[in-house]
Amino acid sequence: MKRFLLPLVVFLIVMGFLGVGLNLDPREVPSPLVGKAAPTFNLPRLDDPEKKISNKDMLGQVWLFNVWASWCGACREEHPVLVELAKSGAVPVYGMDYKDTRLEARQWLEIGGNPYVASVMDADGRVGIDYGVYGVPETYVIDKAGIIAYKQIGPITEEVLRDKILPLVKRLQAQ
Amino acid sequence: MKRILYLIAGFCFFINISWAQEARPLQEDVVVEAQVQRLSEELRCLVCQNQTLADSHAELAEDLRREIRELAAKGMSDQEIIDYLVARYGDFVRYRPPLKSTTALLWFGPFVLLLAGVAGLFVMLRRRERQAEESALSADEARKVSELLNKES
Repeated sequence: MKRFLLPLVVFLIVMGFLGVGLNLDPREVPSPLVGKAAPTFNLPRLDDPEKKISNKDMLGQVWLFNVWASWCGACREEHPVLVELAKSGAVPVYGMDYKDTRLEARQWLEIGGNPYVASVMDADGRVGIDYGVYGVPETYVIDKAGIIAYKQIGPITEEVLRDKILPLVKRLQAQ
Repeated sequence: MKRILYLIAGFCFFINISWAQEARPLQEDVVVEAQVQRLSEELRCLVCQNQTLADSHAELAEDLRREIRELAAKGMSDQEIIDYLVARYGDFVRYRPPLKSTTALLWFGPFVLLLAGVAGLFVMLRRRERQAEESALSADEARKVSELLNKES
């Protein structure tokens, strides 16, 4: 009996590691930007290329920065969640239209509804690189001081919004 | 008729010559390009994850190569460019993980397992050796064995 004990323990340890590994999403690379100041941008608005928006304009409020694109399939998945969030008015959502064309992006917002206070255009993806964007959609929660508090990689689901983002936003707004 | 054909043929030939140009070098700056190539083999494409930037055709990889090219053209060193990207994408962007406290298990884990295996093997061999000693034949048994063997022959 005793001779089976050691292999059994080794087996259980290996199973433990594999089990944890199975539940990790390899696409979720922890962002080094969390806890740091949001990279500066100054980009033209989607609806009016003459006007520019900078992340500095949002200082003093908690806001969500959602990176999206009309070509992005997963963005369609999260879009209704964002529209609902915008209706609730819990937190302002600003969008960044990533590597997209103005026409297609506008059409998409007309069809799906526009949850954004405003969207900016990052046509060549440079600001995307500054923000470490590698899989659209991505969403950053940015606090009153302009510090990134959280980064959501992939679509925001109702669960993520309810369990992670909204409680965090409330905490940050109370600060 | 024939003369016209010759004329046309000659004309075509002339056009070809006048359109031909000396091949332009693909890259403007050989040093920068060598640096871009070197770095894109060291950096990971985050979309495809198991490919380097050099291997990948993903759009993000193209953007990152462009970014690296621009930084290299500004005269930044390899280390400065790697740091620039690590600040944005984290250590995962490096194809060879750096040695630090969070990656110690990654670097030394295999050697720890190897040592454990060697130790286990050593213990097992020792145990087997002891068993062999214990099961040595007594004088009586040895006599029986040689009797049996002699009978055979």
